[in-house]
Amino acid sequence: MDNIAGSKSSLTWAVHISVALLVALWLFPTVGLLVSSFRTSDQIATSGWWKAMFPSTQNLTLRADAPELQVQEGDLYIIEGALFEAESGASISRFGISSRAYDVFAAGETAPLTKGGEVTVSAEGRYRMENTEPFTGTRGQRIFVTATTPPEFTLRNYQNVLFDPANREGMAKAFFNTLTVTIPATIIPILIAAFAAYALAWMEFPGRALLIAAIVGLLVVPLQLALIPLLKFHNEIGIGKGYLGAWMAHTGFGLPLAIYLLRNYMVGLPRDIIENARVDGASDFQIFVKIILPLSFPALASFAIFQFLWTWNDLLVALVFLIDSSGDTTVMTKQIVELLGTRGGNWEILATSAFVSIAVPLMVFFAMQKYLVRGLLAGSVK
Amino acid sequence: MNPAFQAILTIAVGVGGCVSYFYFSNQFLDKVLFPARGENAGRNINRANMIRPWLFLLPALLALGLYLAYPVFETLRLSLTSRSTLPDGTTAYAWAGLDNYRQMLDEPKFWEALSNNALWLLIVPAMATGFGLLAAQLTDRIKWGNIAKSLIFMPMAISFVGAAVIFKLVYDMRPVDQEQIGILNALYLYFGGTEPKAWLTIPLWNNLFLMAVLVWIQTGFAMVILSAALRGIPEETIEAAIVDGANPFQVFFKIKVPQIKGTIMVVWTTITIVVLKVFDIVFAMTNGQWGTQVLANYMYDKLFRANDWGVGSASAMVIMLLVTPILVWNVRNARREMK
Repeated sequence: MDNIAGSKSSLTWAVHISVALLVALWLFPTVGLLVSSFRTSDQIATSGWWKAMFPSTQNLTLRADAPELQVQEGDLYIIEGALFEAESGASISRFGISSRAYDVFAAGETAPLTKGGEVTVSAEGRYRMENTEPFTGTRGQRIFVTATTPPEFTLRNYQNVLFDPANREGMAKAFFNTLTVTIPATIIPILIAAFAAYALAWMEFPGRALLIAAIVGLLVVPLQLALIPLLKFHNEIGIGKGYLGAWMAHTGFGLPLAIYLLRNYMVGLPRDIIENARVDGASDFQIFVKIILPLSFPALASFAIFQFLWTWNDLLVALVFLIDSSGDTTVMTKQIVELLGTRGGNWEILATSAFVSIAVPLMVFFAMQKYLVRGLLAGSVK
Repeated sequence: MNPAFQAILTIAVGVGGCVSYFYFSNQFLDKVLFPARGENAGRNINRANMIRPWLFLLPALLALGLYLAYPVFETLRLSLTSRSTLPDGTTAYAWAGLDNYRQMLDEPKFWEALSNNALWLLIVPAMATGFGLLAAQLTDRIKWGNIAKSLIFMPMAISFVGAAVIFKLVYDMRPVDQEQIGILNALYLYFGGTEPKAWLTIPLWNNLFLMAVLVWIQTGFAMVILSAALRGIPEETIEAAIVDGANPFQVFFKIKVPQIKGTIMVVWTTITIVVLKVFDIVFAMTNGQWGTQVLANYMYDKLFRANDWGVGSASAMVIMLLVTPILVWNVRNARREMK
């Protein structure tokens, strides 16, 4: 038995390392987006998010104050100031005054200016320009620096995306629209399905087995088939595109899974309780409301989470049944797809918007994982 | 009307309507139609009990019939008709036989979508199930396995669109003289690549990069189900194998995997169905450009961009046709289980 124990311990290490690798691989992409959503657009464009934790060295083009701010000290005309905001913590190693020779001087040295005069730049970013004649022109002198800036995170992206009423691409409205779609579309199918599931689990009637089989079959019918016929139907009965249609569609598409999950759970409830209640004269309606519904809470919760995640994350149903040409009812997924088209390179906007939409399902996921797992185990057709 | 208010109203009307429907229909059945008193009490109770299941089922059956069963037939009908707008603005439908299908089969984009879907069907379920099995087996043996599991499971909660943004950042490309911000290009250059690549535009390979997104999402699902199945394996079979001198790999492949074959099939088919319906990922990341079209997106293109209901419905029927074997298999399994 010795060698079994021995091989086990070395294998345990391999297991730990492989699991760590796997987790890292699965976590990395999301973390990248999360970190990016807290960086400024400059930071995102100049360095990878994985460098965000460390000080970064960048080449920056900065500008000194304009000549109108010059002061005269004896014979000299002087412009003085700071290239960085106070307490930015940045430090300059090299600088230059033309884009072709951007790093020819070390910090603290003095460089001659092309239009006469000279400039001295310190490591902390303070500069002093001196000239015997007045500085001319309207714009300040450009100074190219190689600077090391400390890691920096900002909440400004979230402010822009969520709370800026002037931002027409903001997510605030879409967030509420998504919420508006999601909540009725989660609650109503549960109720309808629960009654049906009870009938299929605990009532005897001809055709029951056939119905259950039909529901198992409907579980996999692609909702793509329903798009055109139902859009046509919605137009014919006059509700067109809008919340009502989206709610009805989500209800219909969610029902097979709801009935299937709930029936599977209800069938497993103890027969004695139900029979005793029947003997005591309770009607089916009373049994359902007073006994079955409370006992089925875990299954109800499982399905509620599924349906919530599915409706919150949905794009197709919203595109087809909800969002009309006015765009007033746009949901977050649609908004993000649009941003991908128009703002493909603006990662600070994209990352933040995406994270706003991901945050709620992630919270639900981590808070109610137990029910989600239980539902998955009951829901997969064994 | 304010949508939030409308939503609350819908909840109230929906929930209230459902509850009062169930309550009053039962009352009506018991008190008015077949009252359980008088000389026919016994017969009435029996009759009421014959009708009651259908009262319970009615709303669900109506919704299922209207939203899932009827569309299958309506789509079939539409796929065999051609739609045209008459000069006076009305829409006319005419029997077209198999014309829509013929037109679809003549389009190279359709064949591209079909062959890409075949590729997705081969690769995604296999990879997701494989990774899921690996993760399930490995995490079951260590202390922090539950944390690892919930982190691998997490992408399940992320929308396809959110995942598309996440992976677009991974695949991002900057010109060669700038620093790369997409991790894939950064790694590629670090390990000796000469110039950054636009991953999503490389034919054939870009399909794999899109599939990676779905594998990333579905692995957690496979892991959860398979991990429960692995734990259900009787201990004795494993102990017996170890006593007989089997190494861990033999135990896994020869003892454990054969015992959970049924569950593996279930996971495989479930992911297969997700793959057949995959739409959002392609729609958001490439929109079918650079040879990445898939059936569901092709159908969306036809229905809502080209406004061609005939061909769109025909391609929807192709998806249905591909799903049907799994549908039959599931129904047969469910029926066998009930007996």
